Amino acid sequence: MAQEKNNKPEHSAEVDQEKKDAMILFLSDSEEKEHFLSKANRKLLTDPLDDDNPITVQVLGICSALAITVQLEPAIVMAIAVMAVMAFSNMIISALRNMIPNRIRIIVQLVVVASLVALVDQVLRAYAYDVSKQLSVFIGLIITNCIVMGRLEAFALGNGVYKSFLDGIGNAAGYGLILIIVAFFRELLGAGKLFGYEVLGHKGATLAESTGLYAFGYENNGLMLLSPMALIVVGIIIWVQRARNRKLIEA
Amino acid sequence: MDYINLFVQSIFIENMIFAYFLGMCSYLAVSKTVKTGVGLGAAVIFVLSITVPINFLLDKYLLRPGALSWLNEEYASIDLSFLSFIMFIAVIAAMVQLVEMVVEKFAPALYGALGIFLPLIAVNCAILGGALFMQQKDFPGIGYAATYGLGSGIGWFLAILGIAAIREKITYSNVPAPLKGLGITFIITGLMALGFMSFMGIKL
Repeated sequence: MAQEKNNKPEHSAEVDQEKKDAMILFLSDSEEKEHFLSKANRKLLTDPLDDDNPITVQVLGICSALAITVQLEPAIVMAIAVMAVMAFSNMIISALRNMIPNRIRIIVQLVVVASLVALVDQVLRAYAYDVSKQLSVFIGLIITNCIVMGRLEAFALGNGVYKSFLDGIGNAAGYGLILIIVAFFRELLGAGKLFGYEVLGHKGATLAESTGLYAFGYENNGLMLLSPMALIVVGIIIWVQRARNRKLIEA
Repeated sequence: MDYINLFVQSIFIENMIFAYFLGMCSYLAVSKTVKTGVGLGAAVIFVLSITVPINFLLDKYLLRPGALSWLNEEYASIDLSFLSFIMFIAVIAAMVQLVEMVVEKFAPALYGALGIFLPLIAVNCAILGGALFMQQKDFPGIGYAATYGLGSGIGWFLAILGIAAIREKITYSNVPAPLKGLGITFIITGLMALGFMSFMGIKL
Protein backbone atom coordinates (compact mmCIF):
# COMPACT_ATOMS: atom_id res chain seq x y z
CA MET A 1 0.00 0.00 0.00
CA ALA A 2 0.92 3.63 -0.38
CA GLN A 3 1.71 4.25 3.24
CA GLU A 4 4.77 2.05 3.14
CA LYS A 5 6.65 4.25 0.78
CA ASN A 6 7.61 7.01 3.18
CA ASN A 7 9.34 5.00 5.84
CA LYS A 8 11.60 2.96 3.63
CA PRO A 9 14.18 5.45 2.42
CA GLU A 10 14.74 6.89 5.87
CA HIS A 11 14.73 3.52 7.43
CA SER A 12 17.56 2.12 5.36
CA ALA A 13 19.74 5.21 5.38
CA GLU A 14 19.30 6.61 8.82
CA VAL A 15 18.97 3.74 11.18
CA ASP A 16 22.05 4.72 13.15
CA GLN A 17 21.08 8.36 13.20
CA GLU A 18 17.65 7.19 14.31
CA LYS A 19 18.98 5.33 17.31
CA LYS A 20 21.14 8.27 18.25
CA ASP A 21 18.17 10.59 18.01
CA ALA A 22 16.13 8.37 20.27
CA MET A 23 18.95 8.32 22.79
CA ILE A 24 19.31 12.06 22.66
CA LEU A 25 15.60 12.44 23.14
CA PHE A 26 15.72 10.35 26.26
CA LEU A 27 18.93 11.74 27.72
CA SER A 28 19.01 15.44 26.98
CA ASP A 29 16.80 17.42 24.68
CA SER A 30 18.46 20.78 25.21
CA GLU A 31 21.39 20.43 22.81
CA GLU A 32 19.69 19.49 19.59
CA LYS A 33 16.89 22.04 19.53
CA GLU A 34 17.30 23.22 15.94
CA HIS A 35 17.25 19.62 14.78
CA PHE A 36 13.70 19.20 16.06
CA LEU A 37 12.08 21.07 13.22
CA SER A 38 14.57 20.12 10.54
CA LYS A 39 13.42 19.76 6.96
CA ALA A 40 12.79 16.02 7.21
CA ASN A 41 10.74 16.47 10.34
CA ARG A 42 8.70 19.28 8.82
CA LYS A 43 7.98 17.01 5.89
CA LEU A 44 6.54 14.45 8.28
CA LEU A 45 4.08 17.08 9.41
CA THR A 46 3.13 18.60 6.07
CA ASP A 47 3.15 15.61 3.72
CA PRO A 48 0.00 14.02 5.14
CA LEU A 49 -1.91 17.24 4.55
CA ASP A 50 -1.84 16.87 0.78
CA ASP A 51 0.49 14.47 -1.04
CA ASP A 52 0.11 11.66 1.44
CA ASN A 53 -3.27 12.44 2.96
CA PRO A 54 -4.47 9.51 5.05
CA ILE A 55 -8.05 9.67 3.78
CA THR A 56 -7.81 10.67 0.15
CA VAL A 57 -4.51 9.01 -0.76
CA GLN A 58 -3.69 6.27 1.71
CA VAL A 59 -7.39 5.31 2.10
CA LEU A 60 -7.08 4.89 5.85
CA GLY A 61 -9.46 5.89 8.59
CA ILE A 62 -12.59 6.43 6.59
CA CYS A 63 -14.46 4.08 8.88
CA SER A 64 -15.38 6.34 11.74
CA ALA A 65 -14.71 9.60 9.98
CA LEU A 66 -17.72 10.32 7.88
CA ALA A 67 -20.65 9.66 10.16
CA ILE A 68 -19.71 12.51 12.47
CA THR A 69 -19.37 15.21 9.82
CA VAL A 70 -22.94 16.52 9.96
CA GLN A 71 -21.77 19.43 12.11
CA LEU A 72 -18.44 21.16 12.56
CA GLU A 73 -18.17 20.89 16.32
CA PRO A 74 -18.18 17.08 16.67
CA ALA A 75 -15.90 16.85 13.65
CA ILE A 76 -13.32 19.07 15.32
CA VAL A 77 -13.60 17.22 18.62
CA MET A 78 -13.16 13.94 16.76
CA ALA A 79 -10.11 15.30 14.95
CA ILE A 80 -8.54 16.36 18.24
CA ALA A 81 -9.34 13.01 19.85
CA VAL A 82 -7.76 11.14 16.95
CA MET A 83 -4.74 13.42 17.10
CA ALA A 84 -4.21 12.71 20.80
CA VAL A 85 -4.60 8.97 20.33
CA MET A 86 -2.36 8.83 17.27
CA ALA A 87 0.43 10.98 18.64
CA PHE A 88 0.67 9.07 21.90
CA SER A 89 0.12 5.59 20.50
CA ASN A 90 2.80 6.26 17.88
CA MET A 91 5.13 7.44 20.64
CA ILE A 92 4.48 4.50 22.94
CA ILE A 93 4.75 1.84 20.25
CA SER A 94 7.86 3.48 18.86
CA ALA A 95 9.45 3.51 22.31
CA LEU A 96 8.56 -0.16 22.78
CA ARG A 97 9.32 -1.23 19.24
CA ASN A 98 12.49 -3.15 20.04
CA MET A 99 10.83 -5.02 22.88
CA ILE A 100 7.64 -6.20 21.16
CA PRO A 101 7.85 -9.72 19.74
CA ASN A 102 6.82 -9.58 16.13
CA ARG A 103 4.09 -12.21 16.37
CA ILE A 104 2.03 -10.51 19.04
CA ARG A 105 2.53 -6.95 17.90
CA ILE A 106 -1.05 -6.51 16.69
CA ILE A 107 -2.42 -7.38 20.12
CA VAL A 108 0.09 -5.10 21.84
CA GLN A 109 -0.90 -2.29 19.50
CA LEU A 110 -4.59 -2.90 20.10
CA VAL A 111 -4.13 -2.83 23.86
CA VAL A 112 -2.13 0.40 23.79
CA VAL A 113 -4.60 2.08 21.46
CA ALA A 114 -7.62 0.81 23.38
CA SER A 115 -6.25 2.16 26.66
CA LEU A 116 -5.60 5.57 25.11
CA VAL A 117 -9.06 5.65 23.57
CA ALA A 118 -10.68 4.72 26.88
CA LEU A 119 -8.77 7.62 28.43
CA VAL A 120 -9.92 10.06 25.74
CA ASP A 121 -13.48 8.81 26.11
CA GLN A 122 -13.47 9.41 29.86
CA VAL A 123 -12.01 12.90 29.42
CA LEU A 124 -14.66 13.79 26.86
CA ARG A 125 -17.41 12.49 29.12
CA ALA A 126 -16.11 14.62 31.94
CA TYR A 127 -15.54 17.88 30.07
CA ALA A 128 -17.64 17.77 26.89
CA TYR A 129 -20.58 15.55 27.67
CA ASP A 130 -22.90 16.78 24.90
CA VAL A 131 -20.34 16.26 22.17
CA SER A 132 -19.41 12.89 23.62
CA LYS A 133 -23.09 11.87 23.42
CA GLN A 134 -23.19 13.04 19.81
CA LEU A 135 -20.09 11.08 18.88
CA SER A 136 -21.53 7.99 20.66
CA VAL A 137 -19.79 4.84 19.51
CA PHE A 138 -17.45 6.59 17.13
CA ILE A 139 -14.96 7.51 19.83
CA GLY A 140 -14.65 3.81 20.64
CA LEU A 141 -14.19 3.09 16.98
CA ILE A 142 -10.94 5.06 16.93
CA ILE A 143 -9.45 1.78 18.20
CA THR A 144 -10.13 -0.01 14.97
CA ASN A 145 -9.66 3.11 12.90
CA CYS A 146 -7.28 1.81 10.29
CA ILE A 147 -5.39 5.11 10.31
CA VAL A 148 -4.05 4.42 13.81
CA MET A 149 -3.07 0.83 13.12
CA GLY A 150 -1.82 1.72 9.67
CA ARG A 151 0.58 4.35 10.94
CA LEU A 152 1.74 2.14 13.82
CA GLU A 153 2.54 -0.65 11.39
CA ALA A 154 3.99 1.50 8.65
CA PHE A 155 5.87 4.10 10.64
CA ALA A 156 6.13 3.74 14.41
CA LEU A 157 7.55 0.22 14.26
CA GLY A 158 10.52 1.43 12.23
CA ASN A 159 11.21 4.95 13.42
CA GLY A 160 12.29 6.88 16.48
CA VAL A 161 10.07 8.29 19.18
CA TYR A 162 10.11 11.93 18.15
CA LYS A 163 9.67 11.21 14.45
CA SER A 164 6.77 8.90 15.24
CA PHE A 165 5.17 11.58 17.37
CA LEU A 166 5.41 14.06 14.47
CA ASP A 167 4.07 11.44 12.08
CA GLY A 168 1.09 10.88 14.35
CA ILE A 169 0.37 14.60 14.58
CA GLY A 170 0.79 15.07 10.84
CA ASN A 171 -1.46 12.21 9.83
CA ALA A 172 -4.10 13.14 12.36
CA ALA A 173 -3.98 16.69 10.99
CA GLY A 174 -4.45 15.43 7.45
CA TYR A 175 -7.37 13.35 8.65
CA GLY A 176 -8.84 16.26 10.60
CA LEU A 177 -8.47 18.56 7.60
CA ILE A 178 -10.69 16.36 5.43
CA LEU A 179 -13.13 15.90 8.29
CA ILE A 180 -13.42 19.65 8.79
CA ILE A 181 -13.83 20.41 5.08
CA VAL A 182 -16.61 17.83 4.78
CA ALA A 183 -18.31 19.01 7.97
CA PHE A 184 -18.05 22.66 6.84
CA PHE A 185 -19.93 22.02 3.61
CA ARG A 186 -22.46 19.68 5.16
CA GLU A 187 -23.38 22.01 7.99
CA LEU A 188 -23.37 25.13 5.83
CA LEU A 189 -25.42 23.75 2.97
CA GLY A 190 -27.52 21.36 5.02
CA ALA A 191 -28.49 23.50 7.99
CA GLY A 192 -27.27 26.99 7.04
CA LYS A 193 -25.18 27.08 10.19
CA LEU A 194 -21.55 26.95 11.29
CA PHE A 195 -20.79 25.79 14.82
CA GLY A 196 -24.54 26.14 15.42
CA TYR A 197 -24.64 29.86 14.46
CA GLU A 198 -27.02 30.84 11.69
CA VAL A 199 -24.50 32.39 9.32
CA LEU A 200 -26.88 32.53 6.37
CA GLY A 201 -29.57 34.40 8.26
CA HIS A 202 -32.57 33.24 10.18
CA LYS A 203 -35.29 31.15 8.59
CA GLY A 204 -38.71 32.21 9.81
CA ALA A 205 -42.06 30.56 9.26
CA THR A 206 -42.83 32.84 6.32
CA LEU A 207 -40.67 34.67 3.82
CA ALA A 208 -41.36 37.99 5.52
CA GLU A 209 -40.09 36.75 8.88
CA SER A 210 -36.86 35.41 7.43
CA THR A 211 -33.62 37.33 7.28
CA GLY A 212 -30.41 37.05 5.30
CA LEU A 213 -30.38 34.68 2.33
CA TYR A 214 -33.63 33.10 3.42
CA ALA A 215 -35.44 36.39 2.72
CA PHE A 216 -34.70 35.79 -0.96
CA GLY A 217 -36.34 32.38 -0.83
CA TYR A 218 -33.15 30.32 -0.23
CA GLU A 219 -33.80 26.86 1.14
CA ASN A 220 -31.49 24.52 3.05
CA ASN A 221 -30.51 21.37 1.21
CA GLY A 222 -31.67 18.70 3.63
CA LEU A 223 -29.98 16.04 1.52
CA MET A 224 -26.60 17.25 2.79
CA LEU A 225 -27.51 16.11 6.29
CA LEU A 226 -28.01 12.51 5.18
CA SER A 227 -25.11 10.10 5.38
CA PRO A 228 -24.75 9.35 1.63
CA MET A 229 -23.74 12.93 0.98
CA ALA A 230 -20.65 12.56 3.16
CA LEU A 231 -19.37 9.95 0.73
CA ILE A 232 -20.18 12.09 -2.28
CA VAL A 233 -18.53 15.16 -0.74
CA VAL A 234 -15.37 13.13 -0.08
CA GLY A 235 -15.53 11.86 -3.66
CA ILE A 236 -15.64 15.46 -4.88
CA ILE A 237 -12.76 16.46 -2.58
CA ILE A 238 -10.69 13.64 -4.07
CA TRP A 239 -11.63 14.82 -7.53
CA VAL A 240 -10.56 18.42 -6.82
CA GLN A 241 -7.35 17.33 -5.08
CA ARG A 242 -6.28 15.02 -7.88
CA ALA A 243 -7.18 17.51 -10.57
CA ARG A 244 -4.77 19.96 -8.90
CA ASN A 245 -2.14 17.41 -7.93
CA ARG A 246 -2.01 15.21 -10.99
CA LYS A 247 0.69 12.83 -9.77
CA LEU A 248 -1.90 11.27 -7.47
CA ILE A 249 -4.08 10.07 -10.34
CA GLU A 250 -4.53 6.30 -10.40
CA ALA A 251 -3.66 4.55 -13.62
CA MET B 1 -42.03 -10.48 14.88
CA ASP B 2 -39.58 -8.27 16.72
CA TYR B 3 -36.77 -10.46 15.49
CA ILE B 4 -37.75 -10.12 11.83
CA ASN B 5 -38.12 -6.40 12.27
CA LEU B 6 -34.69 -6.07 13.84
CA PHE B 7 -33.20 -8.32 11.17
CA VAL B 8 -34.55 -6.26 8.28
CA GLN B 9 -33.64 -3.05 10.03
CA SER B 10 -30.04 -4.10 10.62
CA ILE B 11 -29.59 -5.25 7.02
CA PHE B 12 -31.13 -2.38 5.12
CA ILE B 13 -31.91 0.67 7.23
CA GLU B 14 -28.97 0.68 9.61
CA ASN B 15 -26.62 -0.82 7.11
CA MET B 16 -23.08 -0.81 8.51
CA ILE B 17 -21.59 0.68 5.36
CA PHE B 18 -24.26 2.96 4.03
CA ALA B 19 -25.59 4.41 7.26
CA TYR B 20 -22.54 4.34 9.53
CA PHE B 21 -19.55 3.92 7.18
CA LEU B 22 -18.15 1.12 9.31
CA GLY B 23 -15.60 -1.19 7.77
CA MET B 24 -15.01 1.26 4.93
CA CYS B 25 -11.27 0.65 4.76
CA SER B 26 -11.49 -3.01 3.93
CA TYR B 27 -14.61 -2.32 1.89
CA LEU B 28 -12.64 0.00 -0.38
CA ALA B 29 -9.47 -2.09 -0.38
CA VAL B 30 -10.96 -5.51 -1.07
CA SER B 31 -13.83 -4.67 -3.42
CA LYS B 32 -11.80 -4.68 -6.62
CA THR B 33 -13.15 -8.07 -7.68
CA VAL B 34 -16.34 -9.89 -6.75
CA LYS B 35 -14.49 -13.02 -5.65
CA THR B 36 -12.43 -11.40 -2.90
CA GLY B 37 -15.38 -9.23 -1.92
CA VAL B 38 -17.55 -12.29 -1.32
CA GLY B 39 -14.76 -13.94 0.69
CA LEU B 40 -14.39 -11.00 3.04
CA GLY B 41 -18.16 -10.50 3.24
CA ALA B 42 -18.69 -14.11 4.30
CA ALA B 43 -15.97 -13.80 6.94
CA VAL B 44 -17.59 -10.64 8.31
CA ILE B 45 -21.02 -12.33 8.59
CA PHE B 46 -19.36 -15.22 10.35
CA VAL B 47 -17.40 -13.19 12.88
CA LEU B 48 -20.15 -10.62 13.57
CA SER B 49 -22.76 -13.26 14.33
CA ILE B 50 -20.36 -14.88 16.82
CA THR B 51 -18.82 -11.86 18.53
CA VAL B 52 -21.94 -9.74 19.04
CA PRO B 53 -23.73 -12.33 21.24
CA ILE B 54 -20.52 -13.02 23.18
CA ASN B 55 -19.95 -9.35 23.79
CA PHE B 56 -23.60 -9.08 24.79
CA LEU B 57 -23.07 -11.64 27.54
CA LEU B 58 -19.90 -9.87 28.60
CA ASP B 59 -21.72 -6.56 28.77
CA LYS B 60 -24.67 -8.02 30.64
CA TYR B 61 -22.77 -10.02 33.26
CA LEU B 62 -19.57 -8.04 33.65
CA LEU B 63 -19.44 -4.52 32.33
CA ARG B 64 -22.63 -2.52 32.70
CA PRO B 65 -23.43 -0.73 35.98
CA GLY B 66 -24.65 -3.32 38.47
CA ALA B 67 -23.86 -6.21 36.16
CA LEU B 68 -21.84 -7.99 38.82
CA SER B 69 -24.81 -8.35 41.18
CA TRP B 70 -25.25 -11.97 40.05
CA LEU B 71 -22.02 -12.71 41.92
CA ASN B 72 -22.83 -10.96 45.12
CA GLU B 73 -25.29 -8.26 46.16
CA GLU B 74 -22.41 -6.09 47.38
CA TYR B 75 -21.11 -5.66 43.85
CA ALA B 76 -24.30 -4.03 42.60
CA SER B 77 -22.77 -0.57 42.70
CA ILE B 78 -19.74 -1.41 40.56
CA ASP B 79 -19.61 0.10 37.09
CA LEU B 80 -16.96 -1.40 34.85
CA SER B 81 -18.24 0.11 31.61
CA PHE B 82 -15.04 2.11 31.14
CA LEU B 83 -13.40 -1.23 30.37
CA SER B 84 -15.77 -2.00 27.49
CA PHE B 85 -13.40 -0.97 24.70
CA ILE B 86 -10.55 -3.12 25.90
CA MET B 87 -12.79 -6.09 26.70
CA PHE B 88 -14.64 -5.94 23.39
CA ILE B 89 -11.51 -5.65 21.30
CA ALA B 90 -9.86 -8.45 23.27
CA VAL B 91 -12.86 -10.70 22.72
CA ILE B 92 -12.91 -9.86 19.04
CA ALA B 93 -9.19 -10.48 18.56
CA ALA B 94 -9.39 -13.74 20.52
CA MET B 95 -12.53 -14.92 18.71
CA VAL B 96 -11.04 -14.17 15.32
CA GLN B 97 -8.01 -16.22 16.26
CA LEU B 98 -10.19 -19.04 17.58
CA VAL B 99 -12.51 -19.02 14.61
CA GLU B 100 -9.50 -19.12 12.33
CA MET B 101 -8.11 -22.19 14.06
CA VAL B 102 -11.47 -24.01 14.22
CA VAL B 103 -12.24 -23.31 10.59
CA GLU B 104 -8.78 -24.41 9.55
CA LYS B 105 -9.20 -27.70 11.41
CA PHE B 106 -12.77 -28.64 10.59
CA ALA B 107 -13.57 -26.87 7.33
CA PRO B 108 -10.38 -26.56 5.30
CA ALA B 109 -12.33 -25.70 2.17
CA LEU B 110 -13.93 -22.69 3.85
CA TYR B 111 -10.57 -21.76 5.33
CA GLY B 112 -9.05 -21.79 1.89
CA ALA B 113 -11.86 -19.61 0.60
CA LEU B 114 -11.62 -17.05 3.41
CA GLY B 115 -7.84 -17.17 3.38
CA ILE B 116 -6.11 -14.05 4.59
CA PHE B 117 -9.36 -12.23 5.25
CA LEU B 118 -10.02 -13.83 8.62
CA PRO B 119 -7.10 -12.26 10.51
CA LEU B 120 -7.78 -8.93 8.81
CA ILE B 121 -11.19 -8.85 10.37
CA ALA B 122 -9.92 -8.23 13.90
CA VAL B 123 -9.29 -4.63 12.91
CA ASN B 124 -12.43 -4.19 10.86
CA CYS B 125 -14.46 -1.35 12.35
CA ALA B 126 -17.72 -3.10 11.49
CA ILE B 127 -17.02 -5.81 14.07
CA LEU B 128 -16.24 -3.47 16.95
CA GLY B 129 -19.01 -1.17 15.73
CA GLY B 130 -21.47 -4.06 15.95
CA ALA B 131 -20.46 -4.66 19.57
CA LEU B 132 -20.65 -0.98 20.50
CA PHE B 133 -24.03 -0.45 18.84
CA MET B 134 -25.27 -3.58 20.59
CA GLN B 135 -24.20 -2.05 23.90
CA GLN B 136 -25.90 1.23 23.03
CA LYS B 137 -29.14 -0.39 21.90
CA ASP B 138 -29.54 -2.21 25.20
CA PHE B 139 -31.14 -5.37 23.81
CA PRO B 140 -33.41 -7.32 26.20
CA GLY B 141 -32.00 -10.76 25.37
CA ILE B 142 -29.20 -12.61 23.65
CA GLY B 143 -31.50 -13.62 20.77
CA TYR B 144 -31.82 -9.99 19.76
CA ALA B 145 -28.08 -9.50 19.91
CA ALA B 146 -27.48 -12.56 17.73
CA THR B 147 -30.10 -11.40 15.21
CA TYR B 148 -28.54 -7.96 15.12
CA GLY B 149 -25.07 -9.41 14.56
CA LEU B 150 -26.23 -11.67 11.76
CA GLY B 151 -28.26 -8.91 10.11
CA SER B 152 -25.42 -6.39 10.23
CA GLY B 153 -23.08 -8.96 8.73
CA ILE B 154 -25.46 -9.69 5.88
CA GLY B 155 -25.89 -5.97 5.28
CA TRP B 156 -22.12 -5.56 5.02
CA PHE B 157 -21.93 -8.55 2.68
CA LEU B 158 -24.59 -7.11 0.37
CA ALA B 159 -22.81 -3.76 0.27
CA ILE B 160 -19.41 -5.18 -0.67
CA LEU B 161 -20.98 -7.54 -3.20
CA GLY B 162 -22.75 -4.63 -4.87
CA ILE B 163 -19.74 -2.32 -5.04
CA ALA B 164 -17.42 -5.11 -6.22
CA ALA B 165 -19.78 -5.95 -9.07
CA ILE B 166 -20.01 -2.28 -10.06
CA ARG B 167 -16.24 -1.79 -9.86
CA GLU B 168 -15.63 -4.76 -12.11
CA LYS B 169 -17.87 -3.20 -14.75
CA ILE B 170 -16.65 0.37 -14.33
CA THR B 171 -13.18 -0.47 -15.58
CA TYR B 172 -14.73 -0.41 -19.05
CA SER B 173 -16.18 3.08 -18.58
CA ASN B 174 -14.59 6.38 -19.39
CA VAL B 175 -14.22 7.99 -15.97
CA PRO B 176 -12.52 11.43 -15.74
CA ALA B 177 -8.87 10.79 -14.86
CA PRO B 178 -8.79 12.52 -11.43
CA LEU B 179 -11.89 10.58 -10.38
CA LYS B 180 -10.54 7.18 -11.38
CA GLY B 181 -10.24 4.57 -8.68
CA LEU B 182 -10.97 5.98 -5.27
CA GLY B 183 -13.02 9.05 -6.22
CA ILE B 184 -15.59 7.30 -8.35
CA THR B 185 -15.87 4.49 -5.79
CA PHE B 186 -16.81 7.01 -3.12
CA ILE B 187 -19.43 8.62 -5.32
CA ILE B 188 -20.90 5.26 -6.34
CA THR B 189 -21.04 4.21 -2.69
CA GLY B 190 -22.86 7.44 -1.94
CA LEU B 191 -25.39 6.76 -4.67
CA MET B 192 -25.87 3.19 -3.42
CA ALA B 193 -26.41 4.57 0.06
CA LEU B 194 -29.10 6.88 -1.33
CA GLY B 195 -30.70 3.81 -2.86
CA PHE B 196 -30.63 1.98 0.45
CA MET B 197 -32.32 4.94 2.11
CA SER B 198 -35.48 4.02 0.25
CA PHE B 199 -35.82 1.12 2.68
CA MET B 200 -36.27 3.61 5.48
CA GLY B 201 -39.57 3.36 7.24
CA ILE B 202 -40.13 -0.30 6.38
CA LYS B 203 -41.64 -1.97 9.40
CA LEU B 204 -42.73 -5.58 9.46
